[in-house]
Amino acid sequence: MMHVPSVIFRRLCTNLRQIPSHYGRKLSVVNISPDREAVYTPKLEFKRPELEEIMPVYRVLTKDGTPFSPEVEPQLEKDHVLKMFKTMVMLNTLDRIMYESQRQGRISFYMTNYGEEACQIGSASALNPDDFIYGQYREAGVFMWRGMTLEQMIDQLYSNVGDCDKGRQMPVHYGSRDLHFSTISSPLATQLPVAVGSAYSFKLSRNGRVVVCYFGEGAASEGDAFTALNFAATLDCPIIFICRNNGYAISTPVREQYRGDGIVARAPALGIIGVRVDGNDLFAMYNVTKAARHLCINESRPVLIEAMTYRVGHHSTSDDSSVYRSVDEVNYWDKSNNPILRVRNYLVRKEWLTEEEEKQIRADCRKQVMTVFGISEAKKKPNPALMFSDVYDTMPPRLHRQMLATKEHVDRHTDAYPLSAFESFNTSAVD
Amino acid sequence: MPICRQMYSLCNALRQRSLLRSTLPRFLSSHAFTYHPSEPIENAGTTEQMNLFQAVGNAISTVLETKPNSCVFGEDVGFGGVFRCTVGLRDKFGQDRVFNTPLSEQGIVGFAIGLAASGTVALAEIQFADYIFPAFDQIVNEAAKFRYRSGNLFDCGRLTIRAPVGAVGHGALYHSQSPEGFFAHIPGIKVVFPRGPVQAKGLLLACADDPNPCIFFEPKILYRAAQEEVPLKHYTIPLGTAEVVREGNDVTLIAWGTQVHVMLDTAAAAAELGVSCEVIDLRTIVPWDEETVYKSVRKTGRCVIAHEAPLSSGFGAELSASIQENCFLNLEAPIVRVAGADTPFPHIFEVFYLPDRLRCLDAIKRVVNF
Repeated sequence: MMHVPSVIFRRLCTNLRQIPSHYGRKLSVVNISPDREAVYTPKLEFKRPELEEIMPVYRVLTKDGTPFSPEVEPQLEKDHVLKMFKTMVMLNTLDRIMYESQRQGRISFYMTNYGEEACQIGSASALNPDDFIYGQYREAGVFMWRGMTLEQMIDQLYSNVGDCDKGRQMPVHYGSRDLHFSTISSPLATQLPVAVGSAYSFKLSRNGRVVVCYFGEGAASEGDAFTALNFAATLDCPIIFICRNNGYAISTPVREQYRGDGIVARAPALGIIGVRVDGNDLFAMYNVTKAARHLCINESRPVLIEAMTYRVGHHSTSDDSSVYRSVDEVNYWDKSNNPILRVRNYLVRKEWLTEEEEKQIRADCRKQVMTVFGISEAKKKPNPALMFSDVYDTMPPRLHRQMLATKEHVDRHTDAYPLSAFESFNTSAVD
Repeated sequence: MPICRQMYSLCNALRQRSLLRSTLPRFLSSHAFTYHPSEPIENAGTTEQMNLFQAVGNAISTVLETKPNSCVFGEDVGFGGVFRCTVGLRDKFGQDRVFNTPLSEQGIVGFAIGLAASGTVALAEIQFADYIFPAFDQIVNEAAKFRYRSGNLFDCGRLTIRAPVGAVGHGALYHSQSPEGFFAHIPGIKVVFPRGPVQAKGLLLACADDPNPCIFFEPKILYRAAQEEVPLKHYTIPLGTAEVVREGNDVTLIAWGTQVHVMLDTAAAAAELGVSCEVIDLRTIVPWDEETVYKSVRKTGRCVIAHEAPLSSGFGAELSASIQENCFLNLEAPIVRVAGADTPFPHIFEVFYLPDRLRCLDAIKRVVNF
């Protein structure tokens, strides 16, 4: 947004600043920014992005679970890797059961994480527990790794009394203050500039924490994404942006999303450190996130990670992806480039896991999810008066009257509303 | 008392004067107004003569001083701001706390929400209210819903967005708008609109203390024109309270911002016609002070609401409907709204656009003679 007077003013100031400094120095360069100078050239030459080198993808483990190159054997402890593997399996189990649950009409909506388990858990496990996270919505594995219980997660999906957001948001919009993960919201990319603000706040308080912000390659097209990267760079914020480039934004393939070298190519344009990583490689994700965190803290500047992965599942339960992509394509990623299988192969190769143990892990996960599923489904929905609280810190009189009017109306028509599914409509509980 | 919104064209002045001589003092054109200073704050200690931009700057300085974990930022805030509201603050508090952002409103507000959510008091500036719309999504979908959607796990209550607002004589489409009506339709934020320096400081400090995100609109025509004695110490004026700035018995006049002064001028003109007007400065648009408004209308039985923003779906519509619902048996005449036309805010036609004193006076005549 521009308005003429201040733009003119700004230009005037810029010119005044530059003229004297140029007189004192060589005239063959022009200031781009305080630390960058461009040389003049008589050659008319356009910069063609297709001639630039394509950013390579950092990888540690091949698809069969062997190191990509001999010197990059992962250095993680057995227990750590096993815990990551179990969390990936648990996430996958939760996805399968809750996806079916939505198909049966038990919950209203669901989004699976198929194919992106390594991207989520590899990065999450490289962070400090109090690093603050903003997500998009396909980061349930990060919540899980941080310690969100199955009960907390499934309660949210059911919008029951245990729901962290008091039954107000759609399923998969998790949030946790204890786990330092800001509540998910649906508008895409809005969390990016917000995350930058939090990172600046951390920088001011010198608390040694970083902010991590996840988003998809589709969301990266929003204005908020560009502006957030630019703010993070100019304000030197300790933030790690993790872009999950899974090839699709609902039905839109990346060739209709952008024409550059993916998302990471935008990092140098804005003065941000960037890296591209195999998002289906747990160890690559771990290493890259760990290193990014180090850079971010030590240099107090943002880092952008582009994790190349593939959205194996449908976009959501409201989407049938077979309409816009081939089954072969999905099968390749699900069967041949599956992030969970890759870790399993690694564990088996190291003799840290037997087939029996794997079966047991999968059976345990299923049993746990089914148990909690039953408990959460049986819980009541929250007190309907909770529809009116938390709009402000205290309830304004006008809103209070609306709450009382709703209660009074419902009391006169008890048969018309599904009251038995809810805790009692108690207005004094939210006063 | 300074005379504001002076004629910018001699030709226009002559035309206006010849038209209005019969009803208004000769030195004032109908769209000019007299600035009416606020009553002094009680027990406020030392005061200093300040205009509106100085009072705002003083309030911001007070926030930065009393809340070590606070920041002020926006486009061109660092050197003092295009309206001088942040002059000297960067030198006094450091460039980590008083700084320029890139030129992006959605970035500014999103960034501010994150600061506030992580515990920093964030005073964000949008250079003109006309340019707040790129941040509309961040305000509507993020700031306003932050607490509600998280079940009160998170909030961005430490956020205040300041923006210069309203007509300025020649601002045309994008330096004149009054967008409060858009924000009045968003549960979760507070919208505040001072009428002068004393009010601005007290209300802005209240916004900074308030545990909810606030939008603070500063009538830019008053930045230099409004002068009064402002207390130097910290004081607040409670949000959600209107102020009866002139008592009367026949008609209730409701306005906010600059328009309060237009209403006070109109009330004086009406008094000469024998009509006693009660003038209410709403001060907070959301949540607005229903009690004070209903009490007044129940007493007078007549109501005129005026705002610079366009008529249709302007905040006057909400007031009018609510008053009608709550004061039906007391109303002696239909509630009349005097507002900007349902057009973009025009350049050379500003004098015909604004709800000036003459239009407000005509509205009073209509409700009195109904």
